[in-house]
Amino acid sequence: MSVLVYVENAEGKFKKSIFEAVSYAKAIADQLNTSLTAVSIGNVAQDELQKLGNYGAAKILNVNQDALKSFINQAYASVIAEAAEKTAASVVVLSNSFSGKGLAPRIAVKLNAGLVDGAISLPELNDGKFIVKKTAFSNKAFAYVELHADKKVISLTPNSYKIVETGSQAVIEDFAATVKPTDLTALIKDIVRATDKVSLPDAELVVSAGRGLKGPENWGMVEELANLLGAATACSKPVSDADWRPHSEHVGQTGIAISPNLYIAIGISGAIQHLAGVSSSKVIVVINKDPEAPFFKVADYGIVGDAFEIVPKLIEELKSFKANN
Amino acid sequence: MKILVCISHVPDTTTKVTFSDNDTQFNQNGVQFILNPYDEIALARAIELTDNGAGTVTVIHVGDASTEPTIRKALAIGAHDAVRVNATPSDAFFVATQIAAYAKDQNFDLILAGRESIDYNGAKVPAMLAEILDIPSVSIIKKLSVEGNQGIVEREIEGGKEVLAIPFPFVAGTAEGVAEWKIPNMRGIMSARTKPLQVLEPVEVQTSSKIVKFETPAPRGQVTLIDASEPQKLVDLLHAEAKVI
Repeated sequence: MSVLVYVENAEGKFKKSIFEAVSYAKAIADQLNTSLTAVSIGNVAQDELQKLGNYGAAKILNVNQDALKSFINQAYASVIAEAAEKTAASVVVLSNSFSGKGLAPRIAVKLNAGLVDGAISLPELNDGKFIVKKTAFSNKAFAYVELHADKKVISLTPNSYKIVETGSQAVIEDFAATVKPTDLTALIKDIVRATDKVSLPDAELVVSAGRGLKGPENWGMVEELANLLGAATACSKPVSDADWRPHSEHVGQTGIAISPNLYIAIGISGAIQHLAGVSSSKVIVVINKDPEAPFFKVADYGIVGDAFEIVPKLIEELKSFKANN
Repeated sequence: MKILVCISHVPDTTTKVTFSDNDTQFNQNGVQFILNPYDEIALARAIELTDNGAGTVTVIHVGDASTEPTIRKALAIGAHDAVRVNATPSDAFFVATQIAAYAKDQNFDLILAGRESIDYNGAKVPAMLAEILDIPSVSIIKKLSVEGNQGIVEREIEGGKEVLAIPFPFVAGTAEGVAEWKIPNMRGIMSARTKPLQVLEPVEVQTSSKIVKFETPAPRGQVTLIDASEPQKLVDLLHAEAKVI
């Protein structure tokens, strides 16, 4: 028995959400009195792999084969399932990233395992039961899912588990995985990545704006505030529907759900569908000219007033804060 | 071109979510159910791709007879026929297995589903279905077009997008951008009543997960209001009290 964690890399580097997944998987390995193995697929330098030791991976299976250079979920799922069989893993952990969402169900089917997608805390192990908490109903509720298969696959929601540094070292082993040509029929034609921006699902801080901004030409101050904070930008549904901002920025029930440490909502009234996507943010700040806006009811801090006056002042205050801290 | 669209029957987006039976069941009392919005965009794209006799769109749903209005809605929007697997879904693997059992010898070129359902948000059915059928899967897609015997899709990745060419058949999970929502017209609504709706009995499945309890989030504390003339107070509070900056 062991625990296996898949460590996805982004152009050869691991993001914070991966260290969270490794820390989480290490805690499960401790619960089960076993050790943690990580499996990495693609070209990742030894010193980057070695970082995983510090979060609790005892061993790292390094799959660096030409056929597996780019992410094809069918092929990657086969490799991770093979690594799970090899290490006799009873639990497989992944980060619930865009790629993780596509991998976890395939791995669960291959291993005949029970799956919890988007876990937000450690499993509760009582009376031989294995119960994992996740969000449901688009963040309007939590569900406790009992997994009763022998094997379990868990994908962890980014920014929901604290990184724990163990200061230990990992042993890195090359792992030659079986690659089936039938797993590799999809072909990647192009990848476009905006490298100058913080990606929304990974963001710890998010600045979001709604119809109250009146038009796409007024987003300059939102971007400036976000840049200053190192935050990602987001928007409400009417804004992306009107093509003021791309759909990828739409947070809410039919957009993406996020759980950053800080969510600043500017000129968003807080319809129930919007709140569903952001209510698990740790701290919510609302700036709105309407004191009756429903968003104030779920906010931690609020300013009632005109965004066009408040946001530029806030930017100035933050600049001086940054200069002094 | 033959397309299968998997549809789900979910509480309306404005639903106030509550639970019954000691917090073990979703309380359906007074809840309005709708066609899952993400599945509806999948359906809209499927109809566009098969327009003018270029193919057929079948919708499949796993649910009891009470869900038929949702299936009729899909037929009204423009699906050609429908299949209902007569069972109350227990988990995603159950649903994926039922759909796979139907789809395996139907020679669909493309199987579409929404990226996730807005009730359990698992995003599991499309990839599980593809794995059972041993065909490629791709999610979350924002664009989908056909080029000969392959689909060209644009997939969302952290901070960007990826374009893939995938030979048919494959399963794709769709999101906003793939098509515009379609509102059924009167002709569609009338013809939906007589379009074929086949009811199948479920195949047996060993499920591997079960929701044992629900919980609603604890209410947040009272909001701290800051005067519009003093934004520095907000900066101070975010730094010293909330410790997020």
